[in-house]
Amino acid sequence: MLHIDDLVVRYGSAVALDGASLEVGAGEMVALVGPNGAGKSTLINTISGLLEPSSGTVRCEGRVAQVPEGRQMFPDMSVEDNLVLGGWSIRNRDVSEVYDLLPDLAQMRKRKAGRLSGGQQQMVAVGRALMARPDLLAIDELSLGLAPLVVADLAEHLRRLNRERGTAVLLVEQEVSLAFDVCPRACVLEAGRVIAAGPSAELAQSEEVRRAYFGDLAVAATMTGSMTEVSR
Amino acid sequence: MTELVAYLVAGIALGSSFALIGSGIVVVHRVTRVVNFAQGSIAVVGGMASASLLSGRLPHGLGELVAVLLSGLVGLVIGVLAIGRRGTPPLISLIITLGASMLISAGIIWLWGQDPVSPPGLGGSVTILGASVERQRLLVLGATLVAFAALGLFFSRSYVGKALTASASNPWAARMVGIDVRRMGLLAFGLAGVLGGLAGVLLAPTNAVSFYSDLPLALSGFAAAVFGGLTSPVRTLLGGIGLGVAGSLTAGYLNGSYQTEVALLLMLLIMIVRSNSFSAEEAK
Repeated sequence: MLHIDDLVVRYGSAVALDGASLEVGAGEMVALVGPNGAGKSTLINTISGLLEPSSGTVRCEGRVAQVPEGRQMFPDMSVEDNLVLGGWSIRNRDVSEVYDLLPDLAQMRKRKAGRLSGGQQQMVAVGRALMARPDLLAIDELSLGLAPLVVADLAEHLRRLNRERGTAVLLVEQEVSLAFDVCPRACVLEAGRVIAAGPSAELAQSEEVRRAYFGDLAVAATMTGSMTEVSR
Repeated sequence: MTELVAYLVAGIALGSSFALIGSGIVVVHRVTRVVNFAQGSIAVVGGMASASLLSGRLPHGLGELVAVLLSGLVGLVIGVLAIGRRGTPPLISLIITLGASMLISAGIIWLWGQDPVSPPGLGGSVTILGASVERQRLLVLGATLVAFAALGLFFSRSYVGKALTASASNPWAARMVGIDVRRMGLLAFGLAGVLGGLAGVLLAPTNAVSFYSDLPLALSGFAAAVFGGLTSPVRTLLGGIGLGVAGSLTAGYLNGSYQTEVALLLMLLIMIVRSNSFSAEEAK
């Protein structure tokens, strides 16, 4: 349902995406991993229409909603107002569906979003994106700054959303083990290009992934059998 | 005592108009980060237009309403000029509003001449604590309170009002959920025009307006807005009323020509006193 072909995005003279291509099928969960500066957030912001590509195409058969890096709340507004505004693009003000899926949000609906914990804000960000009834949920750094238990809970919500509603998920994530655990398929982005794609289980063993994250030294270390130490 | 009551009521009514002008500045600044210096000129357009419409035999109520809507339209046009082009920096937009203010002054002279104009208002007076108070001044206060209450309800309860608040709070996130932040900015300019026009329509029957009223009105409105930290309509109302009362007492007990100087002095003091909180807001 999402087709990205030879995408180039520039910030002035700096090239952030340099011919990236990617496919996400309907109801599929795909992880997008890569080191800092690889262009992951740029890609997700371009998919959401927040950035204009210099060349290449982004085609999506359905609605896309984004859970942005750093949550990006409307801090002085209530949780419910944050959710309601999430449905702005389709004028959806009915929050009951989101409360059914994320019952914790109903309990905090009158609290100001800016006063919630990081995990609660992430939950609001997911709920706000769901208000747009998306066919594809693009999530930028689900785990950033959150405790492992909170991340595990959010990941379970994503799986449930995918299972029950068939919502496709594109998960941009620094935490590779989480990304590969949640998404059966993954892509590796490095220096603005997708350098590897395939089943997450296979990519977890791939040299490209290790090189993208840890550099050539890590690959050499793997070959001498000491990768475990580096990864840790 | 009687004199003091009369000055206080006159000051509160005058300050209410400043607050309406200031709240327009606040609404625009919150959403676009642009200070709209044409806000005083819009108030003059409101006053002048209501005078023309009422003398053209439009009934009271309708004449004022059309003048307010016309002011809203002027505000919207200024918005299109100031932020219509994507990516215009706030400083350039501010200069455009200054230019628009001068253009409007020229238009006022062309349409209405240079003489001060005062349309008929609510006639008669009532006695409060022994002081005779014009009913128009009470109307100004009442209409201002209603306008601020409506503004509060609009921002807190309506879908569009919430989208405006969201655009002010986090423009990036607002764009992400599909809100057209630039369109919200234009709406803010239009709303500011309505508020400025309302101020002019209410003020003109007791304080005649002319093309050169724009600067004192803009300065007073800006001082009230600064008192509200350029973010809070309620504090802007309090600031405007404080400023109006100070000006009225100055005019009553000292000299009427010092009113603008008092506004400038108060604005300076407020900015010095509040500079720490402004720095903190900037740092955020």
